[in-house]
Amino acid sequence: MSSPILKLVAQRIALGILLLLAISVLIFAGTQILPGDVAQAILGQSATPESLANLREQLGLNDPAYVRYFHWLGGVLTGDLGTAMSSGQDIATSIKGRLWNTLFLAFWAAIVAIPLAITLGLIAVRYRNGWVDKLISGLALASTSFPEFFIGYLLVYFFAVKWQIFPAISTVYDGMPFGERMQAIALPATALTLVVLAHMMRMTRAAILNVMQSAYVETAELKGLSAFSVIRKHAFPNAIAPIINVVMLNLAYLIVGVVVVEVIFVYPGMGQYLVDHVTKRDVPVVQAVGLIFAAVYISLNIIADIAAIVANPRLRHPK
Amino acid sequence: MSNELEFLSRRVASGKLSRRDFLGRAAALGITAPFANALLSSAARAAGPVKGGTLKAGLVGGESTNSLDPALMMTQVPFAFGKCWGEMIVELSPDGKLENRIAEDIGSSKDAKTWTLKIRDGVEFHNGKTVTAEDVAATLERHSDEKSKSGALGYMKGIETIKASGKEVVLTLKEANADLPYLLSDYHLIVQPNGGKDKPDAGISAGPYVVKTNEPGVRHGGERFANYWQGDKMGHADQIEVIVINDATARTAALQGGQVNMINRVEPKIVDLIKRVPGVTIRNHAGPGHYVFIMHCNTAPFDNNDLRMALKLAIDREEMLTKVLRGYGSLGNDFPINSAYPLFTEIEQRKYDPDKAKFHYKKSGHDGTVLLRTSDVAFPGAVDASQLFQQSAAKAGIKIELKREPGDGYWNEVWNKQPFCASYWGGRSTQDQMYSTAYLSTADWNDTRFKRPDFDKMVLAARAELDEAKRKQMYHDMAVLVRDEGGLILPMFNQFIDATGAKVDGWVDDPHQELMNGYALAKCWLQA
Repeated sequence: MSSPILKLVAQRIALGILLLLAISVLIFAGTQILPGDVAQAILGQSATPESLANLREQLGLNDPAYVRYFHWLGGVLTGDLGTAMSSGQDIATSIKGRLWNTLFLAFWAAIVAIPLAITLGLIAVRYRNGWVDKLISGLALASTSFPEFFIGYLLVYFFAVKWQIFPAISTVYDGMPFGERMQAIALPATALTLVVLAHMMRMTRAAILNVMQSAYVETAELKGLSAFSVIRKHAFPNAIAPIINVVMLNLAYLIVGVVVVEVIFVYPGMGQYLVDHVTKRDVPVVQAVGLIFAAVYISLNIIADIAAIVANPRLRHPK
Repeated sequence: MSNELEFLSRRVASGKLSRRDFLGRAAALGITAPFANALLSSAARAAGPVKGGTLKAGLVGGESTNSLDPALMMTQVPFAFGKCWGEMIVELSPDGKLENRIAEDIGSSKDAKTWTLKIRDGVEFHNGKTVTAEDVAATLERHSDEKSKSGALGYMKGIETIKASGKEVVLTLKEANADLPYLLSDYHLIVQPNGGKDKPDAGISAGPYVVKTNEPGVRHGGERFANYWQGDKMGHADQIEVIVINDATARTAALQGGQVNMINRVEPKIVDLIKRVPGVTIRNHAGPGHYVFIMHCNTAPFDNNDLRMALKLAIDREEMLTKVLRGYGSLGNDFPINSAYPLFTEIEQRKYDPDKAKFHYKKSGHDGTVLLRTSDVAFPGAVDASQLFQQSAAKAGIKIELKREPGDGYWNEVWNKQPFCASYWGGRSTQDQMYSTAYLSTADWNDTRFKRPDFDKMVLAARAELDEAKRKQMYHDMAVLVRDEGGLILPMFNQFIDATGAKVDGWVDDPHQELMNGYALAKCWLQA
């Protein structure tokens, strides 16, 4: 097989890296146009012109922007994200813990959400236009339409305050026993699941329904396969590319878009970390987090592309 | 005393009945309030502190950018955690007096220029070393150094020399200051080994708890320090934990769900709802904090005292207190001092008077609108308060134009820069500190640009005066000057509103800061 596939994959990855570089320029430019500068933010109300000048000198803020950009990029490529200006801590170290927490939450939310969404999608197709289909679609769409914070507060109200099954706050820490950790993330993971469920479910349903119109599905039906077997063996494999795409998009959302849920459940992830440092104008941290988010987004998209290629027999077996 | 009353007071002591309910029932039994209160405190004392357990606080005011360096403490979480692991030279007691801690005795020369701190014997740091005069001196030196960026730097600049000899630390001041012991109670001045000069954020001091976990912006934890020098008074729980919960709803839910035993900053608008939750007690108490509208006395049109007076008369304080603070506060009188300060004197309350306001407004000759900048971050409810101000002023014929500024950058771009805006002050522990921080001509934070040489002289004179009666009169005169000629519109003093969950005992209201001046975790205990 597959020099064409390898070539395609290599192309995608190269494109991704190029895109990431372009984004790094954007992030850098974006942080430069934020109002106020870091020196002023650090000194705050007590800033005097003299101490401002000293601090700017010390932080190298007087160099031209492109010099600082390449300096920063060089650091990133060698794994050195710099130190946070506000607290003086090493960024890479602090991000590691936070990123792990975010991935942990996203992982468990995904483990629940993806199979659930796809199964519900399959069921909806099987009973399409019946009341089961309408119920599933209705509930999923409703849960997606509510803002995240509303779902979050509802969950807290019932599960934490009224029935006291799960804790209201999801503070996790190093060395926390696995069981406790799972209990702590139960509510935020549920909230995230509800938020991403409908998108994936509806996409699965639409993609499979599309395939169901094909002649070979009719053939399968005519040869007497049960409805679920038709969907599982013939329709689903052919609908997998768009499903993977939407799953990856939602995965990316679970990692980079969970600020609100993190705040509500007091979960120490990347989103909260980013917000804290944006308000402090801690540019190195903002840049680092921005870049990591971009990298996650791009790599998940590359994976989606590649999976779609691999799942397509016409690309797998070219003439 | 009836058996019923005794039973009830025990129930309050064990947290099964709220204080308010108790007083209500006591009144029904024909008992006067003071007697009922005395009964209560004796019941609580009889129950006594219980050792053990883990006390947890869910607090707003922590960021991932926090550090354990006491010099850099600014927000509520480092402040409250600092009171757990740190030990102070001297502290303010809940009744406003001085309480000696590491300093056993503080004495001054007659001119209040030379001060001697006698260091207590046998106080131990968490690292096993004994606290010496050198450590105290080094701490003060570090906070006097510009490089430390200490929040206490402003006061520390007034100290000329710091010398340790034997068991004493001798301070000489540039100018006489009768309030020096109060300044030394500043929460930044946590005594560290060698003053923290070696490693400022090591988190080692001589407080009741040893730092065990420190995850800025997430949680901080401590374990009881076995050799704490006054273990009978503080450090009742085996462990304490501060969990950062910046979201108000999450904080309340955590208290209701029992994940934390106490929270700070309950919003006035939900206090009545929370009160009904079983086991939860609201702990509200007056403090020196206040919400203000500030005008620059040196910028047109606010350089005209008639216009300033017109605006002061055009604000409906009572309405603002009931609508914005829901009654959890007290009326302001356009000077930054209230009964939370020692040496406070009452001055006639200024009232909403549209007619008088109209008169002064006309006299000022100002025409057109007055621009007021406001923001959600200025104080909770600031935008609503500004709108109320706009309406009450309109009745006096004064047009106020509101400009809502983004919260991000408000303290850099608007406060202390623009001539008229909403803001807040947390207050200070003495009148001298408050006036020196924001009303001296030379003060960096003179946010009303109140620059009056005669006032400056009064501040310095009062600072050096050791006779209390004379001092009281001086502060009265200063207050009148600020009230009638300054740029401060102070409609209300806010209260600290904390809440505790079931089983928390040992709470004592403290007017200086929220959470019993930060000591709630160290001084409260969990009932067995």
